[in-house]
Amino acid sequence: MTGQKQPKKTFESKGRTVYYQWQDKIFKYFALAATSIGLIVLVLLMYSILSNGLDRLDWNFITSLPSKRASKAGIYTAWAGTLWIMFLTTIIAFPIGVSAGIYLEEYSSRNRLANLIEINIANLAGVPSIIYGLLGLEVFARFLNLGASVLTGSLTLALLILPIIIVSTREAIKTVPYTLREASFALGASKWQTIWNQVLPASVPGIITGVILAISRAIGETAPLIVIGALTYVPFAPTSPMDEFTVMPIQIFNWVSRPQKAFADNAAAAIIVLLSITFIMNAIAVYLRHRSQKKVKW
Amino acid sequence: MKIEANNIRVRYGSEQVLNGITMSIKKNTVTAFIGPSGCGKSTFLRCFNRMNDLIETCKVEGELLIDDSDIYHPKVNINELRKSVGMVFQKPNPFPKSIFENVAYGLRINGVTNKKYIEEKVEWAIKQAALWEEVKDKLKKSAFALSGGQQQRLCIARALAVEPSILLMDEPASALDPISTTKIEELIYNLKSSYTIIIVTHNMQQATRTSDKTAFFYMGDLIEYDDTRTLFTNPKKQKTQNYITGRFG
Ligand SMILES: Nc1ncnc2c1ncn2[C@@H]1O[C@H](COP(=O)(O)OP(=O)(O)OP(=O)(O)O)[C@@H](O)[C@H]1O
Ligand SMILES: [Mg+2]
Repeated sequence: MTGQKQPKKTFESKGRTVYYQWQDKIFKYFALAATSIGLIVLVLLMYSILSNGLDRLDWNFITSLPSKRASKAGIYTAWAGTLWIMFLTTIIAFPIGVSAGIYLEEYSSRNRLANLIEINIANLAGVPSIIYGLLGLEVFARFLNLGASVLTGSLTLALLILPIIIVSTREAIKTVPYTLREASFALGASKWQTIWNQVLPASVPGIITGVILAISRAIGETAPLIVIGALTYVPFAPTSPMDEFTVMPIQIFNWVSRPQKAFADNAAAAIIVLLSITFIMNAIAVYLRHRSQKKVKW
Repeated sequence: MKIEANNIRVRYGSEQVLNGITMSIKKNTVTAFIGPSGCGKSTFLRCFNRMNDLIETCKVEGELLIDDSDIYHPKVNINELRKSVGMVFQKPNPFPKSIFENVAYGLRINGVTNKKYIEEKVEWAIKQAALWEEVKDKLKKSAFALSGGQQQRLCIARALAVEPSILLMDEPASALDPISTTKIEELIYNLKSSYTIIIVTHNMQQATRTSDKTAFFYMGDLIEYDDTRTLFTNPKKQKTQNYITGRFG
């Protein structure tokens, strides 16, 4: 119908509807502006980092040990440390966090203790990371005598991200419709069979997303690792969980705090590498999620 | 085989929703539960496979005998019970898996690993559910790619694959179109020779078409229980009369 006839008066905007139309428009532009600001800042940051760091980034930079001279210094020990930390943190936090999430969601009965635990887990997710550092220092480094090792760092970061994993596991499990469990139970499946065969496969995408986000957070952490005594300078990359270590953010922090421009460029180059690690992890997350979604045939 | 309920009372928290139901059901018959919404039909049906146990606030009292053994006895294994008392729900609820895996699920959780046996059993169950011709070429496809009516028959096949002796159906056709409904009704009629079927329905015609006996519930009480034909043509209670003539409910 191409506007040959005027619409009936009753269908035209008036009074309140005019107001609602304006409301719609204003919100739309507001949201657009907010998104653009975020994007512009991100682009500027990326530009500044790339323009400063890209020249410095070469194979030597990645494979060299640290050095007092900026032009010779590399990040080998730092990224090796970051990978170690990532790996250990994941294998510690993943099974514990997911199991705890399953337990809280599927097994624990709704009583006051459960509520208390629930509130505390939510609170733990908001505790400043440096507090975890202090805990790690006292418990793992000193009491258990693990020193400033990769293991201490991983245990500390595992504690830090446990609440995130637990909460996201529970959220993922919650989205599985009750009718699915009902169908499984009605066929004589036990609780564990139902969880293992129905609930978990259906919530894997959500769980994986949560875990990867948590790990991404962990590899960006500096404060707790400095507190447990991670060094800014280690001569060699760790070869076992008991070795001393440094990680990318500490290395970057160290370089940024120096006055020379050459070190600032090193920092920019290191940031590019750290960002790449994060991007790769996110890509893996997307891939895994995609694959598990294909297996679950909604 | 027969089913006997003796003075079954059910509470949700402090709210009593079944006030002592006593009835017995014969082998290889279809029994229809009818009654106005909220009168407790589903609740009663879910007593037979103890699905009510999943609801924390739900308390069941009384005696429910299947083949003279009390299914609420502490020694009863609830998973074994549910294997012999299958259930089909109001809304089709296939698993987010392939058509084949949906039907194979009950066998797999029973520890069956013999591929050949599973394949035969799946085919048999889907045939029993009158679905084979429609899905035999796409067993690997997602169950969600089926129509609502096909999904419901798939759910029936899934229940049959574990070879229950009793089949509970809670308004199995209420979410379906008339043609799918007819198919389900025919199916129920054909399954009667091998299964004892209890069906909840809001549809009087459906009750008359499919069932041998009909039980009329009202506000947590079993008002009348008789041969379907008798109950619909010659009800003994005024409440039944009012309900089947559509005066309330
Ligand atoms: N999970 C529950 N928690 C508390 N009360 C419940 C629960 N399920 C059912 N009830 C109550 O029990 C009563 C009977 O419910 P039921 O589902 O058995 O009725 P119904 O006869 O199947 O009704 P409909 O025809 O609408 O399906 C209702 O009053 C309902 O509010
Ligand atoms: Mg119901």
